[in-house]
Amino acid sequence: MAERYDVLIVGAGPAGLAAARAAAAAGARVGLLDAQAHAGGQVWRRDVDYRATGLARRRLAFVQAHPGVDWLASSTVMAAAGGKLLVEDPHAARWLDYGALVLATGAHELLLPFPGWTLPGVTGAGGLQALAKQGWPLAGRRVVVAGSGPLLLAAAASIRRHGGHVVGIHEQAGYDDLRDFVRGLWRWPGKVLQAAALRARLAGVPYHGSSVVVAAHGDDRLREIEVEGPRGRRRLFCDQLAVGYGLVPEVRLASLLGCRLDAAGAHHQVWVDDAQRTSLANVYAAGETCGIGGRDCAVAEGAIAGHAAAGRPPSAALRRRRHHTRAFAAHLARHFALDERVRRLPQPDTLVCRCEDVSMKALDGHSDARAAKLATRSGMGSCQGRICGSALAALGRFPSGGHRPPLFPARLDTLGDTDFT
Amino acid sequence: MSGQVQLIIDGETFRVKAGISVAAALAAAGRPFRRSPNGQARAPLCGMGVCFECRVRIDGVAQQRACMVPVREGMTVDSDG
Amino acid sequence: MSGSHDLIVVGAGIVGAACAERAAAEGLNVLIVEPGPIGGGVTAASMGHLVTVDSSPAEMALTAYSQKLWALLHDLPGLEYSRCGTLWVAADADDLARVPARQARLAALGIEAEPVDAHRLYALEPALAPGLAGGMRVPGEGVVYPPAAARALVQRACGRGATLQRERVVALDDHGVRFADGSRRRGRVLLAVGGELASLLPELPLRPRKGHLVITERYPGTIHHQLVQMRYADNVLDEAASVAFNVQPRPTGQLLIGSSREYESSDTVVSLATVQRMLQCTFGFLPGLRSLKALRIWAGLRPASVDGLPYIGAVSGRRGVWVAAGHEGLGVCTAPGTAAILVDQLLGRPPAIDASPYDPARIAA
Repeated sequence: MAERYDVLIVGAGPAGLAAARAAAAAGARVGLLDAQAHAGGQVWRRDVDYRATGLARRRLAFVQAHPGVDWLASSTVMAAAGGKLLVEDPHAARWLDYGALVLATGAHELLLPFPGWTLPGVTGAGGLQALAKQGWPLAGRRVVVAGSGPLLLAAAASIRRHGGHVVGIHEQAGYDDLRDFVRGLWRWPGKVLQAAALRARLAGVPYHGSSVVVAAHGDDRLREIEVEGPRGRRRLFCDQLAVGYGLVPEVRLASLLGCRLDAAGAHHQVWVDDAQRTSLANVYAAGETCGIGGRDCAVAEGAIAGHAAAGRPPSAALRRRRHHTRAFAAHLARHFALDERVRRLPQPDTLVCRCEDVSMKALDGHSDARAAKLATRSGMGSCQGRICGSALAALGRFPSGGHRPPLFPARLDTLGDTDFT
Repeated sequence: MSGQVQLIIDGETFRVKAGISVAAALAAAGRPFRRSPNGQARAPLCGMGVCFECRVRIDGVAQQRACMVPVREGMTVDSDG
Repeated sequence: MSGSHDLIVVGAGIVGAACAERAAAEGLNVLIVEPGPIGGGVTAASMGHLVTVDSSPAEMALTAYSQKLWALLHDLPGLEYSRCGTLWVAADADDLARVPARQARLAALGIEAEPVDAHRLYALEPALAPGLAGGMRVPGEGVVYPPAAARALVQRACGRGATLQRERVVALDDHGVRFADGSRRRGRVLLAVGGELASLLPELPLRPRKGHLVITERYPGTIHHQLVQMRYADNVLDEAASVAFNVQPRPTGQLLIGSSREYESSDTVVSLATVQRMLQCTFGFLPGLRSLKALRIWAGLRPASVDGLPYIGAVSGRRGVWVAAGHEGLGVCTAPGTAAILVDQLLGRPPAIDASPYDPARIAA
């Protein structure tokens, strides 16, 4: 017998938590699930060294305490059929039924290939922030943060807070773009405060624009990197390279369900109307999955989605807030576009599919993504093409394709033993 | 959130801070994670369960993402380094 | 490029690729026509098992003949040929009782097989569920990676002068084929288009027989042979949907799990209900698989002929048109034998085995 929730929310980051609060306050029986062991998503990820504060603390406490909210930890949606979701946790699997579904699946980091990117010691920028919060040893380690986007600042601040010595931040966007980005921030005073706070926490850390990490070197682990900036190339010794090129909406569940997707540059985002309704009846989406817009946008959209899913129309104030915070997303996209240099970073023998060890040159000469996949097995590994697929789309090589179940590697007993009815 | 946990990594006993991930414990213990199909050393990349580079064997079960699993008292971890 | 060829092979799945390779090896001027990825159709949903199947004497002859020819192809680049052997699993005494006759039929075709009692069964494959009766081991058989096999065969053909054209054939005429853009090519035509035969040759019926596949993460050493239940071939001609136990160890260490058959659906959308039934059947033989992780699930449409045997040969009533299609679940397995028979027929030579069971003329128009 499938367990039934009035409102089932996939993803417990700021958007999912906001949706849970709104739906529960409206009296709905809420299921909130996330693949992580703790709620918070990435932005409000549980930190082993620091307690949550402010809005994060309140929202996290709410879902733990509210009797109408079932918090389903370490739970991953593997498949969907007949208006139900197949969910697996470390011990069991079951089908969950719902009246309304809220997709708050967030985003993953855009990790682009370059020579040496597979060395231990090279992580994403958000990646090292996530690792830091889960206890990764950073005390006394030399860390270079690189790539693109405001996430680099947040990541650098976290890394520093956890004891890492941030040697510098290298942003690929040019100084003109950066200046214009900062100049345009006045429309979002919250962001200005956020930026100022980050700058303060990063006092003494050099920040370079027009700067790209072109290679990482080492034997079995990272030893040094090569950075190319306006004044040429130089080498830096470091223990960790935290490099990420922005965020990519996580849309696979939406795609599997048949929700309409819009283009988001080289990637996709879930189409929603201004009440966060997707193209499917009873399915809503909120936050980064609808386009990279940041935390404030996720909170506003999650609240709208939660209200709407529980049958309550969102207030005009909420809608205004959503409109305002969404506009930030456009501002962001305009000023952190990927420089052509970044697309040329991978060499012919640079691996692009890490799961199956497929190099860039192995993909040459194939007519399309599917032909390349069949011939090389690129994209057929454990990450199911999330890393290489996003990279190849960003590099202009192949567009990302459709999706089949399972959405993540799933235990065979989940697929074989779980009764549908 | 205080307290320590004892776990066995590649046959050796380590004491680590409670609440950290298995990935953090492996890094603290200086242990490798895994090898790619062609034998290259690999370690966590994304930190959030998407890249699958951090897979190790936990309590006898293979193919588990170390960044997604908090440490537990008495846990055994076997890397593929 | 000249518009005239000795042979126009339409379709570069495993069967078309094998035929093109054989024809080019015999010095024929070959044009291969394929709009999509090589080996991208049902070939990409094939298990790639090289097995001698004795559901009928005709099937057995073709699979055994092909086995010998596959042995000559084991050095094709990218083939990933793994000579893991086949272990037919007898669930009970009835199954086990069939082994001696099957072993004898294989021996008559020069294929070595050994009966396996329960004790040896578990020594060979400790992961098998308790209570099985034994089985039959065929050590010379193995598995290949079908898309790579098709590509390698096409490459070899092109190395001997064949040309590959990325086009779709929309019609046959008296002298050859016509493409979507209206241009034509002259020559004898071989239709190796699998399930798409109906649009070009409606008189030879083929029905799509959907099958599912699941591939796991890497778990090397879980099983050593490709495992098949003794009764695998029993349901092949049934109308009803069925599942059967068939699991392979891939050279990567992944496990490839089959198999299912149904006529109800003619799309390749994954049916979780069918996958569940297939896995339930699998767990009955390999219970430990429950805790392993599945990476991908996909489905393909086996082209099934009226009587379960492929159509190989000249198409009566059509000048210069030949066919090699309708191999159901044995396309990869019997591709080399099909190619050898077809090319022998083209050149007016008697094939090495009796090809009359596969004669398209057996189907009354």
